[in-house]
Amino acid sequence: MTTSTPSLTGQKAPSPRTLTVALIGNPNTGKSTLFNALAGMHARVGNYPGVTVEKKIGRLRNGDTTLQLVDLPGTYSLAARSPDEMVSVEVLLGRQPEVGRLDAVACIVDASNLERNLFLVSQVLDVGLPTVLILNMSDVARQRGTTIDVPALSKRLGIPVVTTEAHRRIGIEEVRRAILEAAESGRSAAIPIFPRSFYEEVAELARDLRVVNSDAVPRYMVERLLLDPNGQIEKWLTPSQPAGFTERLGSARERLAKDGFRLPAAEARTRYAAIREIVSGVLTHSPQPATTLSDRIDRVLTHRVSGLLIFAGIMFLIFQSIYYWAEPFMRSIEAGEGLVKAGVEALIGPGALRSLVVDGVVAGVGGVLVFLPQIVFLFLFIAVLEDCGYMARAAFLMDRLMSRLGLSGKSFIPLMSSFACAIPGVMATRVIENRRDRMVTILVAPLMSCSARLPVYLLLIWAFVPAATYLGGWVSLQGLVLLAMSSVGALVAVPCAWLLKKTFFRGETPPFVMELPSYKLPSPRVVLHRAYDRGKAFVTRAGTLIFATSIVVWAAGYFPASHSEQDAVIRQIEAFPSVAQGDTARQAELEKLTERRNQLGSQLIEKSFLGHIGHAIEPAVRPLGWDWRIGVGAIASFPAREVIIATLGTIYSLGDEVDKTHNEGLISSLQNATDAEGKKVYSLPVALSIMVFFALCAQCAGTLMTIKRETNNWIWPVFTFVYMTSLAYVGALVTYQVARLFS
Amino acid sequence: METLDQLKAGTRAIIREIDGDDGVSVRLLEMGLTEGEEIEVVGFAPFGDPIEFRVRGYRISLRANEARRLQVERVGP
Repeated sequence: MTTSTPSLTGQKAPSPRTLTVALIGNPNTGKSTLFNALAGMHARVGNYPGVTVEKKIGRLRNGDTTLQLVDLPGTYSLAARSPDEMVSVEVLLGRQPEVGRLDAVACIVDASNLERNLFLVSQVLDVGLPTVLILNMSDVARQRGTTIDVPALSKRLGIPVVTTEAHRRIGIEEVRRAILEAAESGRSAAIPIFPRSFYEEVAELARDLRVVNSDAVPRYMVERLLLDPNGQIEKWLTPSQPAGFTERLGSARERLAKDGFRLPAAEARTRYAAIREIVSGVLTHSPQPATTLSDRIDRVLTHRVSGLLIFAGIMFLIFQSIYYWAEPFMRSIEAGEGLVKAGVEALIGPGALRSLVVDGVVAGVGGVLVFLPQIVFLFLFIAVLEDCGYMARAAFLMDRLMSRLGLSGKSFIPLMSSFACAIPGVMATRVIENRRDRMVTILVAPLMSCSARLPVYLLLIWAFVPAATYLGGWVSLQGLVLLAMSSVGALVAVPCAWLLKKTFFRGETPPFVMELPSYKLPSPRVVLHRAYDRGKAFVTRAGTLIFATSIVVWAAGYFPASHSEQDAVIRQIEAFPSVAQGDTARQAELEKLTERRNQLGSQLIEKSFLGHIGHAIEPAVRPLGWDWRIGVGAIASFPAREVIIATLGTIYSLGDEVDKTHNEGLISSLQNATDAEGKKVYSLPVALSIMVFFALCAQCAGTLMTIKRETNNWIWPVFTFVYMTSLAYVGALVTYQVARLFS
Repeated sequence: METLDQLKAGTRAIIREIDGDDGVSVRLLEMGLTEGEEIEVVGFAPFGDPIEFRVRGYRISLRANEARRLQVERVGP
């Protein structure tokens, strides 16, 4: 032992020992709830390299031992068919470098659905690690008249078994103790359940396997290699093996089939038969009424009339919440941003530093935080729906509709949410297990007309669409244009989704085999934690990237022109004594100064990098009916679409504080703007062209950075940007050219 | 023999065979839809597809083209 002086802060020396334990289980078993109960709020969240699987690791202390708890994604089986599914196998085998070697596995199962849950447990036991079985939701099982003889189950499986009610934090301490004991004991309990010939074939295959990356292939992988025809392990191993490998594997499976062990069916049949034996006498059901309460609820909620009506009602509520209820919160965040800006302006004099802090840093932070209310609202709803068991029914109800797009019912809620904001929509795609479906949903989600497009539409519609009405005043042309603009993205998304499914994400139709969990009351703790977790993930991981983007765009709009004259004018304005009422001379003087400041602002943006880019791309945007100013507006709105309004305000010498939606000054500036030859810049075709561009473009750094985070790859945000910008350009071009013919 | 998608709501049947060796049939097996198990049709989604079933004491939803892979034998009336 080394002697250490006790530190004054009471901090312990780094613990000499760390035990690593993985938590695995089927979906809907309360796994995340148990993880949070064990590890608290301080889990480290990231992605495993190269895949879209979220990595979640928590730490808990027990004396001088640190327990590192790894939350594996919910799964029904270890038979990996994709790199994403392979992550769990690699973690279990200690081949995931960011996790390291495991000391034990904790398998969580739904006690009210023991038989099916034991299938995964049976696979995990074969890995050969010390294993603990956690019977969660024991209260639900009891209510349904299911009794489990825990000591007998433990004896038959040969592993410790503990019962919990994770959502009520009952039995958490026992779980922690059992996990620690198992990890320290090092005892495993793999019982061979397959015929001897299977293990002989495995041994033979293992002998001939070529070492991969100077790393022997573990025995469990060889078992899985044989068990899973066309599985991920076979796909991964084949290229590094000598010729004839696939044939040898095939003939091994053929020999087993002749023995009556036909793969892949034999694995499930053997395991389920073994499970039947294990639970016989251990699991008893008391006689139950033919229909449970959950059944009766289900009958109403999946009914072809009441089910759809209730579904529509719930969707309406979610939509309302992200569209309207979040708004006061977003407004107060914007108001807070305004206060901070004013405070900074009082502290720092006009100049580059003030502009950086106010227009770069504070605006950038505000631009991140402003999305939080929508994210939190959506995830509160999603967490409630998931926790009570309705989420699977929503997918059940909508599946037929979505399957026409080549997607599944699980894509419905993410896409619908994207009509309010694509950021929570993209984040909500985590419920889609199939990678290809999830990717297609993520890539088309930003086409849905979100709330940030609305101010752009409203401004241009008020300014350029005639206020004509038809059918006795019931239908207004402005309303029709707004409807058209709000639907164009969704309409374009249909062929896009279809095309993506036929090209980049081609493959066999994934099974839509979905468990429909029993209904239960949602747990407030689980729901709140979920919303907190998503909000935090957004701020810490996508937020930093969005912030960086805002700074870059600020710099492009500020440099390289000299701001000294404008700074001097601003200094004069700020030093201006308050004007007494009726003092028209002073009032006029102040107005003149303000006008001068705005004029300089307009000149400065033209001389900035952004202005240069705007001029440079003018030939490209000419066919859309745009001049360089609109080009600058479109580029400057990369952080968020609505920024184009403030940018146009600056360009038209109105300052950047133009009201977001209904600004008479900006509307008349746009209506009267002329080019060098005195011709009007804006017309109805130009306005329509800008609106179509903004409907289809990807000018939203938040969405792009969320796509980066969710797909764990820079290719996808770049792809989204390129394909949407191309769509937007072509859409705007066609709109302008066609509209010009009619006007 | 019938396939599972042909049964009406409320019908119970025994699974006799699962067609195919691909991902879909493996998933069905993993979910406990193995030969000899009893399965009951609970109901259909509003547009007729997917279909809700009860098997091994829990509820599962399958699309009709997935249910078609299961050869079943009716029990009872």
